[in-house]
Amino acid sequence: MKSVIAENLVKTYRNGEVTALNGLSLDVEEGTVLGVLGPNGSGKTTTVRILATLLKPDSGSATVSGIDVIKNPEKVRELIGLSGQYETLTGWDNLVMFGRLYHLGRQSSIDRANELLERFDLTEAARRPIKTYSGGMRRRLDLAASLIVKPKILFLDEPTTGLDPRGRQDMWGVIQELVKGGVTLLLTTQYLEEADQLADEIAVIDRGTVIARGTSDALKKQVGGERLEITVENADVAATQEIVAKISGHATHTDLRTISAPVLNGSKDLMDALRAMDEAKIHPLDIGLKRPSLDDVFLSLTGHIAEETVQETVKKKRGGKK
Amino acid sequence: MRYAVNDAVVITKRQLLQLARVPEVLVFSTIQPVMFVLLFRYVFGGSISTGQPGGYVQLLMPGIFVQTVAFTLASTAIGLAEDMKKGLIDRFRSLPISRGAVIFGRTFGDALLNILVLTVMATAGYLVGWRPTSGILHTSLAFLFLFMFGYALSWIGILVGLSVKEARTVQSVGFLVTFPLTFLSNAFAPTTGMPKILQYFAEWNPVSTMVAACRQLFGLKNQFGATANSWPSQHPLQTSLLYMVILMVVFIPLSIRKYKNYSN
Repeated sequence: MKSVIAENLVKTYRNGEVTALNGLSLDVEEGTVLGVLGPNGSGKTTTVRILATLLKPDSGSATVSGIDVIKNPEKVRELIGLSGQYETLTGWDNLVMFGRLYHLGRQSSIDRANELLERFDLTEAARRPIKTYSGGMRRRLDLAASLIVKPKILFLDEPTTGLDPRGRQDMWGVIQELVKGGVTLLLTTQYLEEADQLADEIAVIDRGTVIARGTSDALKKQVGGERLEITVENADVAATQEIVAKISGHATHTDLRTISAPVLNGSKDLMDALRAMDEAKIHPLDIGLKRPSLDDVFLSLTGHIAEETVQETVKKKRGGKK
Repeated sequence: MRYAVNDAVVITKRQLLQLARVPEVLVFSTIQPVMFVLLFRYVFGGSISTGQPGGYVQLLMPGIFVQTVAFTLASTAIGLAEDMKKGLIDRFRSLPISRGAVIFGRTFGDALLNILVLTVMATAGYLVGWRPTSGILHTSLAFLFLFMFGYALSWIGILVGLSVKEARTVQSVGFLVTFPLTFLSNAFAPTTGMPKILQYFAEWNPVSTMVAACRQLFGLKNQFGATANSWPSQHPLQTSLLYMVILMVVFIPLSIRKYKNYSN
């Protein structure tokens, strides 16, 4: 069953001058994670805002758990969790407030707040104002606030944008835990690695439409198959080139001490290569099968690069992103 | 409906909590009016002859009170614009809570803040010689008027905040509206000395009618313009009440509607 369906969403701003969504369609199977991958300004946030009932599309339709987000926004709001807000209150205040707004009752709100703070490793910081939190802590708190009533469907809009690598790793861990609990998740990101790590399926969007979708593997296959890649000492380059050429049957590519060529049989070809190297008494410094990265995927699909620098992103966020 | 009240109360509580966590806001929202009290009382007060027993400060304080609550318009608008910018209002809108709760909650919060600020102002006024002479009932009624006026204005603030969105612009707009309104009035000087056209404006200005109403309720005879023959000058209580009702009847539905579709 599909938990989220969006069909032909169109949204323009400034009386049609800026097209944010240009006939975007997507769906999310219940209990799975859809990664919506695209650069800034591609329409990710607009999509989430429409699905979360914050914005009405100019045309098109969308349902969440079968409920129309345009006709029945109140019902949809009972089912979803959305991330994205900062506060001057303390972490504890904030979670209790959201509990009260979800009509949990005083004691249950407090219990739930404590439980979530514990779960997201924020107990020590609970009584501190949120403005003193690190970026990673804020995101975790934000996520906690979206989980207060155990929503069936969760929208995370760029959950790790602006975080340092460690903060990002932590956040991924938390999200993976969540997904194990069976929540349906729609996650937007401009990080290819993030979509690769977290999403069952990826929808690549650019300029307001989905330009490709599928599993991470399928998208990579769309760009090209696997390559055998071996790095050796300088003295062994020539001999290795011969071995690789024989296994591959194609021309090899040599970049300094790294020799690579396309292969058809994946791990079998890898074993053959290892055996041949062993017989020739060559010790590889590195050997493996390389599949195209999502960067390659994006580049080949759109003709431009997906990621912008973190600083630019932060600036855009502060400027009040639509 | 049962939840609507709960939701609004939670939002109000959040605003008061925020005030407790960032007490500077409260300090600065009272410093300015206290400064006005001292300035007018000691800088201008000596050279303005009023014939008022007890001196200029008796006439000044009602003006300061009204000016103080008039700034609610700006503070409501700024607070709302800031919350919108932080994405908090979006977050609230994604919750299954009643539509008006967020903005009703904010106006309640600002109203409670006004009680606090008015208390500080009254104390400051008392310290510099302000003495209402009309008894507890009328004095309380004056403060009830002030409270209601602030509440009504905060609904204009909601609409301004939702329309302008950028906190800094909101601040400028707020002052642009409140400064002429408070100075083109009988708050600090008699309207009878103004050019005819300004006088006309000043007499119909809700700030003037509020100030006149408060002066009357505090037991003052001299009204700084009560000699004028216009209807609002003669009936400040009725006119003020009428203004407040009109403001709420117009701006509450407008604000709720604006809130419902603000990002579309």
